[in-house]
Amino acid sequence: MSHLLEVKNLDVKFDTDEGRITAVENISLSVDQGEVLGIVGESGSGKSVTAKSIMKLNPGNTSYNEDAEIILDNENVLQFTSKQDLKKIRGGKVSMIFQEPMASFAPAIKIGAQMVEQLLIHKNINKDEAKSISINMLKRVGIADAEKRFNQYAFELSGGMRQRAMIAMALSTMPKLLLADEPTTALDVTIQAQVINLIKDIIKEYQMGVIFITHDLGVIAQVADHVAVMYLGSVVEKGPVNEILKNPKHPYTKGLLQALPDINNLDAPLSPIPGNIPSPLDRPTGCVFRTRCPHHNPEGKDGKIKMKLIEVEPGHWVDQCGIQCGQNG
Amino acid sequence: MGDNLISVNNVSVNFDYQENFISKKQKIHAVNNINIKIKKGSFFGLVGESGSGKTTLGRAILGANKISSGNVIFHDDERDYDLTDINKQDLKEYRKKAQLIFQDPYAALSPRMTVRDIIAEPLEVMKITNSRQETDERVRDIAAKCRLNIEHLRRFPHAFSGGQRQRISIARALVSNPKFIVADESVAALDVSIQADILNLLKHLQSELNLTYLFISHDLSVVAHVCDVVAVMYLGHIVEMGPSRELFKNPKHSYTKALLSSIPSIDPEKRSEAIELKGEIPSALNPPPGCVFRTRCPNPGIDCKGGEITMGLTEVEPGHWVDQCCVL
Ligand SMILES: Nc1ncnc2c1ncn2[C@@H]1O[C@H](COP(=O)(O)OP(=O)(O)OP(=O)(O)O)[C@@H](O)[C@H]1O
Ligand SMILES: Nc1ncnc2c1ncn2[C@@H]1O[C@H](COP(=O)(O)OP(=O)(O)OP(=O)(O)O)[C@@H](O)[C@H]1O
Ligand code: SF4
Ligand code: SF4
Ligand SMILES: [Mg+2]
Ligand SMILES: [Mg+2]
Repeated sequence: MSHLLEVKNLDVKFDTDEGRITAVENISLSVDQGEVLGIVGESGSGKSVTAKSIMKLNPGNTSYNEDAEIILDNENVLQFTSKQDLKKIRGGKVSMIFQEPMASFAPAIKIGAQMVEQLLIHKNINKDEAKSISINMLKRVGIADAEKRFNQYAFELSGGMRQRAMIAMALSTMPKLLLADEPTTALDVTIQAQVINLIKDIIKEYQMGVIFITHDLGVIAQVADHVAVMYLGSVVEKGPVNEILKNPKHPYTKGLLQALPDINNLDAPLSPIPGNIPSPLDRPTGCVFRTRCPHHNPEGKDGKIKMKLIEVEPGHWVDQCGIQCGQNG
Repeated sequence: MGDNLISVNNVSVNFDYQENFISKKQKIHAVNNINIKIKKGSFFGLVGESGSGKTTLGRAILGANKISSGNVIFHDDERDYDLTDINKQDLKEYRKKAQLIFQDPYAALSPRMTVRDIIAEPLEVMKITNSRQETDERVRDIAAKCRLNIEHLRRFPHAFSGGQRQRISIARALVSNPKFIVADESVAALDVSIQADILNLLKHLQSELNLTYLFISHDLSVVAHVCDVVAVMYLGHIVEMGPSRELFKNPKHSYTKALLSSIPSIDPEKRSEAIELKGEIPSALNPPPGCVFRTRCPNPGIDCKGGEITMGLTEVEPGHWVDQCCVL
């Protein structure tokens, strides 16, 4: 069976005054119906850019490589140019929950009106039906007095309510693929649990595929089936969630897990991965993690090695250099 | 008031809600009768339900929201500022001393300004520096502390990832050397490593610059690590407050217990051991009488007088306060 979504060898570059920025390099991912793929990784590692590519939402200064493919439902999204085609991936087959809730609601239009309009564009229903679907969705994401909140502007809602309203809007069209970019960062943990359960129910009910971007490894553990770990535009490790969290191989993945604050050990210092993320303008040659890797050997091959994923256990892929350092360290 | 920097006394904040022009005005009870004292040099944590009034309270303390009743006093070294009754000149002074790091960095950063100008703006608006050179130095200094590269300074915010933008807003808040910072979900958008990094930075600056923080966050592990005192909010009320270790080890209020049980486990095999909250989520437009948590409380005790009692904190251990209805 073919995948719902398959991203093959994707590079994303931005032209800026200071030159060409490589935000994403040679990424391949797939998502099946009813599956949740989690993406984790350092800030600036290209998670949002990857998700936006799937809806062709990156700005005008973006370029994609010619041999890249983003196959959704057997069509290559990167070839889409007509309005009709773009409509299919923007709110039709694909919905996105954006990282910044404020950015996705127009400030001067009530949130209810925006939800209704969206539904009218993509579904063959009338206004009243759209309104009742919207209010029902607002209730399901845990918004009290949904009928009244429906009549408010985004700035009148709390941060977490805005985020939930956006989740409600994205789910209301029942897309085939949901791109959720840090969808629960503004929610308290009880509401977060509720929203995660809702998303899981809907995935089951509609066999939706989901890309779930988050830096919260606890959330990843709760929702994802598979995980891809990104660093500076590359996927350095990917595999089943259990494998990645319990048996991480790449030094970057290990570093991320060690940086987690442990609520059961408050005396432990917070331990970030040392060093700075290199600028995407000068990505390190060879292994992208080498400027911060604790196992980096200046005499070694790190600088010359080519980034390439290798399967170490069934379904568990690690960057080839990551395998060696995993064993040495 | 000796070692307190901020006193919040019986503060309530309401907003108006009106369905349309002809319908009756209703009130959103965002913050209800809140009393807190924030000690100088402390890291005061504010956690709680989404929509419970944390941002509103933080903004009220900064003088950025009207206060419907009660008062907020800022005890500076030389004098007190009463924010409920403050003139323009004093408010200007106060704004130098108290800064906000926003919840939503996207909305907070002007798209038409370079990162350098965004960070420099408070210095220029408040006329803190005397020359462009001095401004540049301070901007570079704080940018480096927030792990932004020099070359980043020339770019516009749209070219940054969410986490990078958050570091820009942190740099902007810290550049004027304030005494008091309200950090509203300031690390929520950051990956764990940078989060740890920024928290270490905030801690470090706290001792170096003698800063006091009101730290609003949904991330309880983070709060447990950095905060000395924590207050838990639910539907406009503080339902529990105390020294952070004590509160996390020994939560008393049913809402606090449910909250702590819901922290997602990093172990994929341990999905969902959370105390699930069922029942109607009450609305700030129409809060239930008596205990505000009553409609969802998973374990109202035999003695629970939830329906009758008025909300108010009782001290159960030194410094550990719990809503009285949950104690009785
Ligand atoms: N329009 C743009 N022009 C130039 N550079 C850009 C643009 N959009 C993104 N970038 C750069 O691309 C890189 C990847 O950004 P992206 O937003 O995908 O990061 P992210 O992984 O989502 O991070 P975060 O966790 O902080 O949200 C960053 O270095 C960012 O500065
Ligand atoms: N400008 C406003 N106009 C009308 N209502 C408002 C306004 N600002 C806040 N509110 C309301 O006040 C209540 C408290 O909101 P607040 O933003 O303080 O919550 P919060 O605790 O910060 O939540 P979150 O964790 O989701 O950010 C909510 O019901 C919200 O809708
Ligand atoms: S190749 Fe070298 S620098 Fe890169 S992850 Fe492996 S050990 Fe670390
Ligand atoms: S007073 Fe009763 S209903 Fe309210 S939180 Fe306590 S036990 Fe629950
Ligand atoms: Mg992002
Ligand atoms: Mg808030």
